[in-house]
Amino acid sequence: MTTIPFTEPLGTAGSCAFSVAGTTENAQDIESLAGAAPAGPARIADRVRRSGQVAQVRPADATRPTAQVRVGARPTGLDVRVGGGVGSSPQRPDGRLKVSGEFAFSSDLWADDMLWGATLRSPYPRAKLTGLDLTAAVALPGVYAVLTAQDVPGRRVYGLEHADQPVLAGTEIRYQGEPIAIVAADHPETARRAASLIKADYEVLAPVTDPDAALLPGSDRVHADRPNLLRHVPIRKGDPAATAPVVVTGEYQVGMQDQAFLGPESGLAVPAEDGGVDLYIATQWLHVDQQQVAACLGLPQEKVRLTLAGVGGAFGAREDLSMQVHACLLALRTGRPVKMVYGREESFFGHVHRHPARLRYEHGADRDGRLVYVKASIVLDGGAYASSTGAVVANAATLGIGPYDVPNVVMDAYGLYTNNPPCGAMRGFGAVQACFAYESQMDRLAAAVGLDPVEVRLRNALTTGDRMPTGQLVEGPAPVAELLRLVRERPQAPAGADFPPGGTANTTRGEGVVRGVGYAIGIKNVCFSEGFDDFATARVRLELVGGRPAALVHTAAAEVGQGLVTVQAQIVRTELGVEQVTIAPADTSVGSAGSSSASRQTYMTGGAVRAACLALRARLAARLTALGRAPSTSDNDKKGPFLSAEEWVGALEAGALEETVEWRHRPTHALDPETGQGDAHVQYAFAAHRATVDVDVELGLVKVVEIATAQDVGKAVNPQAVAGQIQGGTAQGLGLALMEEIQVVDGMVRNPSFTDYLLPTIMDMPPMRLDVLELADPHSPYGLRGVGEPPTISSTPAVVAAIRAATGAALTRVPVRPEHIVGA
Amino acid sequence: MTCTVNGVPRTADDVWEGESLLYVLRERLGLPGSKNACEQGECGSCTVYLDGTAVCSCLVAAGQAVGREVVTVEGLSGGPDAEPGPVQRAFLAAGAVQCGFCTPGLIVAVDDLLSRNPHPTDPQIREALAGNLCRCTGYEKIMEAVRLAAGGQA
Ligand code: FES
Ligand code: FES
Repeated sequence: MTTIPFTEPLGTAGSCAFSVAGTTENAQDIESLAGAAPAGPARIADRVRRSGQVAQVRPADATRPTAQVRVGARPTGLDVRVGGGVGSSPQRPDGRLKVSGEFAFSSDLWADDMLWGATLRSPYPRAKLTGLDLTAAVALPGVYAVLTAQDVPGRRVYGLEHADQPVLAGTEIRYQGEPIAIVAADHPETARRAASLIKADYEVLAPVTDPDAALLPGSDRVHADRPNLLRHVPIRKGDPAATAPVVVTGEYQVGMQDQAFLGPESGLAVPAEDGGVDLYIATQWLHVDQQQVAACLGLPQEKVRLTLAGVGGAFGAREDLSMQVHACLLALRTGRPVKMVYGREESFFGHVHRHPARLRYEHGADRDGRLVYVKASIVLDGGAYASSTGAVVANAATLGIGPYDVPNVVMDAYGLYTNNPPCGAMRGFGAVQACFAYESQMDRLAAAVGLDPVEVRLRNALTTGDRMPTGQLVEGPAPVAELLRLVRERPQAPAGADFPPGGTANTTRGEGVVRGVGYAIGIKNVCFSEGFDDFATARVRLELVGGRPAALVHTAAAEVGQGLVTVQAQIVRTELGVEQVTIAPADTSVGSAGSSSASRQTYMTGGAVRAACLALRARLAARLTALGRAPSTSDNDKKGPFLSAEEWVGALEAGALEETVEWRHRPTHALDPETGQGDAHVQYAFAAHRATVDVDVELGLVKVVEIATAQDVGKAVNPQAVAGQIQGGTAQGLGLALMEEIQVVDGMVRNPSFTDYLLPTIMDMPPMRLDVLELADPHSPYGLRGVGEPPTISSTPAVVAAIRAATGAALTRVPVRPEHIVGA
Repeated sequence: MTCTVNGVPRTADDVWEGESLLYVLRERLGLPGSKNACEQGECGSCTVYLDGTAVCSCLVAAGQAVGREVVTVEGLSGGPDAEPGPVQRAFLAAGAVQCGFCTPGLIVAVDDLLSRNPHPTDPQIREALAGNLCRCTGYEKIMEAVRLAAGGQA
């Protein structure tokens, strides 16, 4: 077993909890890892790379084992619970490959005879393309194809919610970096040079860049055939004219954050003999890519087969298409495999970002700090194309007053088209922007009524049985108050810090350094909402391998780093008691798993795997009964039989058993378009943060000294991965608070590099203290609650609140810049 | 160009002037373990040893590596079927690997740190790894992994 034990169990009454001291726990039993790791059988991507025998790489091969999970030295398949199940933290099945450099990411793929693709992009945010001269590009030796919008054989636009984004721009250019032409050549540099040799003529137009102005009637339209208002979600609860003795107002802004995954957009398209194409790709949702790519190629879906290549992080940025259609077009045109890999600069133009937002809030409360009403308007800049803006707007609206019980709400959230970079999904998805505003407001309210910031939140904390502004009943645990108390009760960070603000630059010796502490809590929905038919498919196969039972799990779910492959195997072990579990490559030869987003995959694909296992239990029992051998039932698991070694052989020697299950969460419903009322969400998740900062008040520099986090995860299916999600999510929230912003001026991105777009480094991140509650949700598998997004949401306002506490500066915009602190 | 990679003399033909050592390793020598997250010298995902010094291979022109000794993450691990080394075991045990795109560069950087300073303090670890970005983990488990490896517990 390779479980990392969590120290300091809390023993919270009526709940199960674990807690991480942040820096002190040690992994145990590491010696056993060597024996537990997989032998590293060839991955499909590796076979592309190593063999170059592309013809052998077919989805039909996908049942070959890829990554294997084997844990522990226990005997196999006995009537005892085997290790590595739900609630433990076995080693990742892809871990050994990843630490040895052998794991094939999408940018590592290779095929014999492969060409490289490159993209010509618009230098202007708004223009008419008046001419394209390809002569010089086509004439360059080594160039095999140069394609433009005319060469798109099928639908020329794509999009997650609205097909409004051209595969290649026709005449209208709507954002800087919009793709215009693509090239295939025998060397990446040749392809790039050829792209730069294309002569494009533009009639440059004044871009629409201010979302508030874009909302006004009479504003220039970004898309001639539709208004700039992409979606408006109003929510009305209670009395819209409610008044209160204490009123606090505020206007807040959130900058454009980038997901900045480290693995650039990339993939390999391989033309197939049937006229179709096989695409090896890093994505979050294979099937939605497949649908869009097939439509654009004008091919039936079954001729466009996708296999997941290694994904170097996602965070929302791989929900939309990037180079998928381009690589396939070039491969089909040239008849050769085509690889495309974006560089970092191109990556900043190659995916959508987090919506920048302007948020105006008015909170009314009684003199005890109890909220009477909230009025808010949120404007989200969707940029040039819709992407998932509609759903982001709904999230901002429905979650926009935070985890508080408020009788009267007037909320309006708007998503706009502009000529700024397209915005869409990023971890937290609309809830992040709203949380910065409503939590800033709660601190203002605390000051106005003379309460401490945690106390004012406790007085308004949402709890089970309350109703959201949408009228939706909060069912199951909603431990808002408990999470706030947990972070408040953590011992304060020790005085002194490893590094002063400004880091090792020694800009200060501590003269002007002031410490501050801030709190915040946030709410997020889990899974898809508003009546979307949200499902996941899993196929589980059981057979005898060497006389022992072995399980093969096949889904299309995208492992993006979160550890879904580990979790799938854990679920099979728990449900079937089979030690050897193999996870097949994710591809489109099995049904859709939905997206690895909305914190939903453990819930959804985990739920589907579990359901397939339960179906297999019934089949096993039936076979044994038919053989006249009633299955034994294990005492320590009431859900059904674990079989003895003999029973396994008996049940499976007649042949393998396989079950494919399409699994759904309980239905959600649309929001009323006038009032925003409706049971739109499946599940809510909560996390709270306490941030401690040191601020150099003379230079405006900030060092976060410590972050304490508390989150309810329902059930920690894999405690180590849960901690990793909370820590990583918190870091992205810290980044938004202090440094991460795509700077857009007149529609032009000013900082498309890791030199100028700053990400938190190991010097910027403090030790993190974790409290994880496990309060089961009655509706979800194992009672789990989505984990990935909540920690990103409240860490931003907590850090900013801490800076305010240290400096008194108002800080209404993130990321906070030194001049906001010094100029205060 | 010819250089020694992971102890073996290697030659790459037709190398263009502008190619980096990273490109040659990844695309010409079949060693894609070193990663290409930025190719701007900002992320450390491409870290390799060049004559014993840890460098960003994306910033090294292929020509600069001629006749020199390069060790990549593949060289530290001894191949897919070899037992992982102590730094690699520590990363696995601590859960310091999520997407893993930063991992190869970090393995080399931590190997380098521990060879110079076998028992680094937390601030020393942070300073040594300040050039290695990770977008997934928030670095807590990377810190844990380095402590484990330094403590000889992995
Ligand atoms: S790829 Fe070399 S430093 Fe980022
Ligand atoms: S594990 Fe994904 S970047 Fe570090």
